[in-house]
Amino acid sequence: MAVATAQRVVRLGRLERPALTGVLVREVINYSSYWRSATFSSTVEPTIYLLAFGFGFGSLVSKIGGYDYVQFVGTGTVATAVLFSSAFPAMFGTFVKYQFQRTYDAILAAPVDTEELVTAEALWMATRAGVYGCVPMLVAIAFGLDPAWGMLTVPLIGFVAGFGWACFGIAVAGYAKSIENFSYIVSAVLTPLFLVAGTFFPLDRLPEWAQVLGELNPLHHCVQLVRDAVFGWRWADLARVPGLVAFGLAVWRVAIHAMTRKLID
Amino acid sequence: MSRQLAIRLRGVVKRYGPITAVNGLDLDVPEGTCVGLLGPNGAGKSTTMRLLTAQAIADEGELEVLGLRLPEESKQARAQCGVSPQLDNLDVTLTVEQNLRVFAHLYRIGRGERHEAIERALRIANLVDRRDSRVDKLSGGMRRRLLIARALVHQPRLLLLDEPTVGLDPQVRQELWALIDALRAEGTTILMSTHYIEEAQRLADTVLIMSHGRAVAAGPPADLVTEHAGREAVEVYGAPAQLAEVETSAQAAGFRTRRTGTSVSVLGTDGADGRVPEGERRPANLEDVFVLLTGEEIE
Repeated sequence: MAVATAQRVVRLGRLERPALTGVLVREVINYSSYWRSATFSSTVEPTIYLLAFGFGFGSLVSKIGGYDYVQFVGTGTVATAVLFSSAFPAMFGTFVKYQFQRTYDAILAAPVDTEELVTAEALWMATRAGVYGCVPMLVAIAFGLDPAWGMLTVPLIGFVAGFGWACFGIAVAGYAKSIENFSYIVSAVLTPLFLVAGTFFPLDRLPEWAQVLGELNPLHHCVQLVRDAVFGWRWADLARVPGLVAFGLAVWRVAIHAMTRKLID
Repeated sequence: MSRQLAIRLRGVVKRYGPITAVNGLDLDVPEGTCVGLLGPNGAGKSTTMRLLTAQAIADEGELEVLGLRLPEESKQARAQCGVSPQLDNLDVTLTVEQNLRVFAHLYRIGRGERHEAIERALRIANLVDRRDSRVDKLSGGMRRRLLIARALVHQPRLLLLDEPTVGLDPQVRQELWALIDALRAEGTTILMSTHYIEEAQRLADTVLIMSHGRAVAAGPPADLVTEHAGREAVEVYGAPAQLAEVETSAQAAGFRTRRTGTSVSVLGTDGADGRVPEGERRPANLEDVFVLLTGEEIE
């Protein structure tokens, strides 16, 4: 018997747009069924931080680094919203999708590779992070933060940082044996990074070793970039942008590795 | 007439640590036929299915799907395959139509043809009236039909069905058999794994019996039965002690026997009058073949 001759007209490559689009379309259609809860958790929580710290702490400290405390926190919690709308949905969503819903089995049976699947999922969460990240800033504007042209770059900063944190979350889900393992990552990694990012207090009063560690925290660069976008750019931002991009690219590859191990036997 | 092969596996081995799930499997699926992979749970059927979509990578052997080598050219092969998995992985908060729409995109159906593709899939699954129902509101049988329709949305050249009726009521199962039989009649190439004897017997042109990761027999169901179990068997019912006695004496008389829970089947009794014990005469079946070849009981 002869083996069927294939139509070798189109040679399918890596990171193809139709594959990315397919996965994104699935996310967008699904989003129509859960956007309320996602929007709620990604925006209300950082806003509560903003209001609680801004007014609670702000009644004790009126100015920090030359800014009103509410404005300091209002710009800082943009990064919190970015983190909450990327790393957390990435960890839990990814785990649920491969373990319980087996969605990824269905997608990988179609002409989509793991690399494309991970990339599209991260791009989707990065987009959401870019949008949700603006919410605390809009709230801060309502409480007296002056609008500035630089604010238009904030969704983009949120997107780049969100891509990295989404890939981080996907990688955690890929390596985790069970969903309970997430508590180690949340307590030991995300909480310290979240607190020592310059969101609620500036890092320059901390001991030198903590400042060095802070410079290694991608969330800190996100905080600083947003703050500078609102209050005025500095030379250091020229290094922070490639820093965030490098973080994103590195965890992107790690996430692909983690998910390939998980999804392909 | 020589037919082209939609699937060709040679000496395929897949190990998971100390366990060899697929152990030197050869498999041919000619285009336009329905091949049934029959075997008990753990025989390696699902692993074989995953190998065909490169969701598992073989340790040894050659795999070709639609003339494309796996795993290197798997993406091209997957574009022309439809897969209905054993475990339901529909998006349950989406409607029937939305589920099909997602897969119309994943399978790269152009904008102009998308609408018609979705309508066609709805008709195949007989779900036109339920297009706006959320999947979690559907019955088990409807969900299965939708899983199969989802696999057909891009009119694939090859359909892979992994345990298409597992866990369904008998009436619902028959409804799905009608659906699969209709696809078969239209000439769709199908590879179907199952652990239901009746399913394989009714739907498959060729059955491949799997045990411990390898093929122990292959051929049209009727030929397999005649070749391995003869035409007729005698079923003897009785108390356990009595059954043991029947077994011993039948074996002494040169017959092969198998236990079926409440009875002993004495096989190959056609044309052997006189030596045959008293009991119910019945045609030999695929289950007899299976137990003879593998020593394993099957549903």
